[in-house]
Amino acid sequence: MDELVIEAGRTERQYWRDLWHYRELFFFLAWRDLLIRYKQTVVGVAWALIRPALAILVVTFVGQVAKLSAGGVPHALFAACGVLPWQFFSTALSESGNSLVNNSNLISKVYFPRLVAPASSVITSFVDFLITGAFVGILMIWFHFAPPANIWVLPAFVLLAFAASFGAGLWIAALMVKYRDFRFIVPFIVQFGLYASPVIESTSDVHGKWQRLIFCLNPVAGIIDGFRWCLLGHDNIIYWPGLISSIAGVILLVLTGIWYFRKTERTFADVI
Amino acid sequence: MNDTVIRVENLSKSYVIGHQRNRHDGLRHRIEDALRHPFGWLRNRIHERQTEKEEFWALKDVSFEVKQGEVVGIIGRNGAGKSTLLKILSRITDPTGGKIRLHGRVASLLEVGTGFHPELTGRENIFLNGAILGMTKVEIKRKFDEIVAFSEIEKFLDTPVKRYSSGMYVRLAFAVAAHLEPEILVVDEVLAVGDAEFQKKCLGKMQNVSEQEGRTVLFVSHNMEAILRLCQRCVLLQQGKLDHIGDVKSAIARYTGGVAKQPGEIDLRKRPRTGGLRQKIQFRKVRLDAASHTNAWHFPFGAHLKFELEVESQAAIPFAEVGVSVFSATGLEIISTLSSNVMADNSFKPRAYVYSIDLGSLYLLPGAYRISLGLRSNFGMEDYLCDAVEFEVENSELSAKFRTDTFAGLMSPPATYLRHELNHNGEPALLKSN
Repeated sequence: MDELVIEAGRTERQYWRDLWHYRELFFFLAWRDLLIRYKQTVVGVAWALIRPALAILVVTFVGQVAKLSAGGVPHALFAACGVLPWQFFSTALSESGNSLVNNSNLISKVYFPRLVAPASSVITSFVDFLITGAFVGILMIWFHFAPPANIWVLPAFVLLAFAASFGAGLWIAALMVKYRDFRFIVPFIVQFGLYASPVIESTSDVHGKWQRLIFCLNPVAGIIDGFRWCLLGHDNIIYWPGLISSIAGVILLVLTGIWYFRKTERTFADVI
Repeated sequence: MNDTVIRVENLSKSYVIGHQRNRHDGLRHRIEDALRHPFGWLRNRIHERQTEKEEFWALKDVSFEVKQGEVVGIIGRNGAGKSTLLKILSRITDPTGGKIRLHGRVASLLEVGTGFHPELTGRENIFLNGAILGMTKVEIKRKFDEIVAFSEIEKFLDTPVKRYSSGMYVRLAFAVAAHLEPEILVVDEVLAVGDAEFQKKCLGKMQNVSEQEGRTVLFVSHNMEAILRLCQRCVLLQQGKLDHIGDVKSAIARYTGGVAKQPGEIDLRKRPRTGGLRQKIQFRKVRLDAASHTNAWHFPFGAHLKFELEVESQAAIPFAEVGVSVFSATGLEIISTLSSNVMADNSFKPRAYVYSIDLGSLYLLPGAYRISLGLRSNFGMEDYLCDAVEFEVENSELSAKFRTDTFAGLMSPPATYLRHELNHNGEPALLKSN
């Protein structure tokens, strides 16, 4: 049995091996969160459908009232394909942001690689995403709408969305432990983000080269555009500078997120 | 195998605690300050200038080694640093200085029911808790029946845990943790919860884990009986520093007592008393028997426990008895005696008396003990002193002969053993005793 040395400030190679050893914990924590969500509810799992359905309804309504373009497809579908990735990102962000603080009793009493906590929250949101995805599929059937050939690129965008949620979640989770202000900041980001992302409107509605560039600094923008391009086609095109900035932004988020998280992880148990 | 599995080297852990500097209190000063320095509060918050910081060393320069298969107890007052040591060992928090070298996986039980969620059923919580403690799903499935059998909650397996009684909760939590298979098991005061039956079961399981499975156990407890029963060595922590490591009995004695500092003659008048005592008769002094030629309250194993007790009465009292009780280091009352059981005249005139007390050769095992004294008349309790004197029973030739080191109990009297051979009919053969 090789030696493990516990010392102040020592980064452990052991950590990544531990992550592998604790791989099942990712799913156990996600399973626990999903189970408890619907315990003692009457409506039960149906809530997982009602939430996105209502969001799609509202976005469609606002879009039609404001006479925003729908990229040449039924407005409900346009809305649905915007809501789908946005809800994944926003719920993953708030849940993983809160994951460490909500599990504070675990953090102070048991050892496991802390990265598992925000990651499992993203997995929980991913399950919601799949349910919403099925709902979008049903909508497409309802509208007799056939997705374009680009759809096979969809998994790449799903991966991008996953990475964006994970990276941002890591940052918020690590910051939330020390600065509880983020408990108030996160809902604000989510609300603000709904308007700062092409959910209700499309990127092509943003006129002016500079405005569009700034708009696409939001990594989620490129992801949502990508979803629309894959699933709907027609007038929903990819704004390439936007997509490239999204990918770069996501990679940056994930790498810096992991760095900051690992840096502050050793103080979690003392500060939480 | 006797390799060292844990090597702690100069381990230190400090915490920074903040104190609010006593601001010039009073609302007027606060408002003045706020007007004069409008953003002062924000600056102070960010730079944390308003609070003074103090460094508190929870652990300082602790070093020791543990070999494989040992059960080591860790004792100390509250705040001595025991839980901090365990947290560092379990990698929950980082040390400030020094290091620990580990050979083997560590599983810790720092709190019973970590990760239990009240909404989930017993069955679901077994899986959840097991996963949190580091077991794989396959492992948990394999041990599921054993865990359920140990916890005795078969009937309630599918009820949400929030409906469990606290006893069931604790049994289930320990059952899961007890079936981990780490090389090093670290247990922190979890036996404080649960009834006697449960505690016996847990101790038994920990003993099992060490003796049969050869795992190393680190055990923190305030229950000295448990430490005595389970551990081969003991670490005593005092205010973050290592005070003693070694034999369990001497560690416990150091923790509970201060035998060496007592003089041969002890003045009891100045000792604080509890309330409700009549004090018409009072304890004055207690001292070693003059004939014993010793100045220290040490008695060799097998010697008579003799001492003298001076009392003074202020009134004429027709009947009053003196009670002497001997307590073990762990607080168990072993011996109780009353003067009135053996003395004919128990009346008091208004003067001083001295009792020469001989408890006999009790064959108390080497260790630390305490004497409590009581004086009761037919009017009520006259005087009482808990832990009036501490004494130590030392090893002697006799204790070596009796091999008292191998005993875990309290006394080892010279029992009489007679043996006769039995013939085929089961009757004693003609006197051939040993």
